[in-house]
Amino acid sequence: MTTLLQVENLAKRFGGIVATDDVTFNIPEGELHAVIGPNGAGKTTLIAQLSGQTMPDSGRIRFGGTDITGLPMYRRSALGLARSFQITSLFLDLSVLDNVALAVQAHAGHSFHFWRDARKQPELRDPARAALVRAGLADRADRPAAALSHGEHRQLELAMALASQPRMLLLDEPMAGLGPEESARMVEMLRELKQQYTILLVEHDMEAVFALADRITVLVYGRVVASGNPDGIRNNAQVREAYLGEADKEEGAVHG
Amino acid sequence: MTAKLTLRNGIAAALLIALALLPVYVQVMHAPFLLTLFTRIIILALAAVSLNLILGFGGMMSFGHAAYLGIGGYAVGILAHEGVMSGFVQWPVALAASALFALVIGALSLRTRGVYFIMITLAFAQMAYYVVSGIARYGGDDGLTIYKRSQFVAPVNLSNKVQFYYICLLLLFGTIYLVWRLVNSRFGMVIQGSRSNDTRMRAIGFPTYRYKLTCFVIAGTLCGLSGALLANHTDFISPSVMYWTRSGDLIIMVVLGGMGSVVGPVFGAIALLVLEEVLSGITEYWQIILGPMLLLVVLFARGGIDGLLTRIGGKEQA
Repeated sequence: MTTLLQVENLAKRFGGIVATDDVTFNIPEGELHAVIGPNGAGKTTLIAQLSGQTMPDSGRIRFGGTDITGLPMYRRSALGLARSFQITSLFLDLSVLDNVALAVQAHAGHSFHFWRDARKQPELRDPARAALVRAGLADRADRPAAALSHGEHRQLELAMALASQPRMLLLDEPMAGLGPEESARMVEMLRELKQQYTILLVEHDMEAVFALADRITVLVYGRVVASGNPDGIRNNAQVREAYLGEADKEEGAVHG
Repeated sequence: MTAKLTLRNGIAAALLIALALLPVYVQVMHAPFLLTLFTRIIILALAAVSLNLILGFGGMMSFGHAAYLGIGGYAVGILAHEGVMSGFVQWPVALAASALFALVIGALSLRTRGVYFIMITLAFAQMAYYVVSGIARYGGDDGLTIYKRSQFVAPVNLSNKVQFYYICLLLLFGTIYLVWRLVNSRFGMVIQGSRSNDTRMRAIGFPTYRYKLTCFVIAGTLCGLSGALLANHTDFISPSVMYWTRSGDLIIMVVLGGMGSVVGPVFGAIALLVLEEVLSGITEYWQIILGPMLLLVVLFARGGIDGLLTRIGGKEQA
């Protein structure tokens, strides 16, 4: 399998805090790669650097052979790197369908079209509807995004990522704040997406991670302490000490 | 979007028809001051509609929009002063000068957000105000009298008050239609998305800066047109039209009328200027009455007059 995402010696500090400390890993095409670690391990900072929201101090990021280290967010997105947000980040005052249609529009060339009604263009609306169907939100299309439940917001996040026809999904805690039933639904959805996309998954929900991941990278204080398949990680002494021992507390914090 | 028959659309339509028939009423009732008042209202409504494009739809809180009123007005005034009377020169220059000013201000201020954006747009407009105040050749503080309105080919004659009224009204309708097309186009979706959540827009692949800048320039240009009309209406232009309180008036019109509704600012302009006219007839301290009314709108009628009409209409249907 060819390598799709290549991260080399990535480093980022905020003042005295080292958020990312010499992180190196590769994700081959088609893999679901999970990144786990205790609170404050630098998972979200890592995703922010991969998506281009934050620029690393040093190191290199390659995507599909292209060096994207210095590229702004919108260029990375155009190359096929789609990010979903941990804290739901939607267009709350627009309709659900508008939200997804914007994600489609972002990849339909420039938007300096001033005259035709964008809400009547099938080349935007049809793929958007299709993405809503895949994310299980087809019946919510015309409601304002603000009117959806938290779980539905996560689904909408996913629909938007899908609608951008990505080569790779960066999913930042898609299960955050979901109830057990919603979580189970999300796991099923991710299992299906995994067939089609390369995915980097940052997630607190250990059950979900071990059920879905092909490989797992463990971050502690910005450093990679282990990387390998789920069984290897489960039995890694260093990981158990640094992380899994706290798993109960973590779960409590997430669902509490 | 097909227009539905709601209370709000009914009132909007009635209002547009009333505006179109106003000169007839003025003739019959011999009330020429009404024509003058409403010409002014229509011109400022055009400015408010242009401000709403960036403020209501784009979420760009510009506090310097009156600068374009001055730039458009001074383009007409200065050219007339120098002997260039043709509207075919004056008006394009007014629009181009406004567009250029908007491009420069926008390019700098759109790199900032929130309060900084407000302050920078305010600062630029005040700068323009003081620059114009200092040019003695064109009247400085005292302003510049325009002895002859912009000349177009016959039968267009801006000195004919009724004709001028209709020209302003047509330009207002044209602007409303243009803004309506704009905000519903792909470009408009980007602008609205960026108002709603700019970070997310960039994350899904939009370079929002260039879209917002384009929008900012379009709004400035349209307001420059309003300035050219205003100068012709008053036969006079002075720095005071670009003073910051005038920018505040435009914001009030937009908020009062309804942000993010295409016709809202027209409601707002009519409401504010008619209130001003009526209240200032009652007392010199009319702002004391206007202030609390504005507060009530902001507190209890979010979405302004337009939002209020939509809600009342919605309840009646339910």
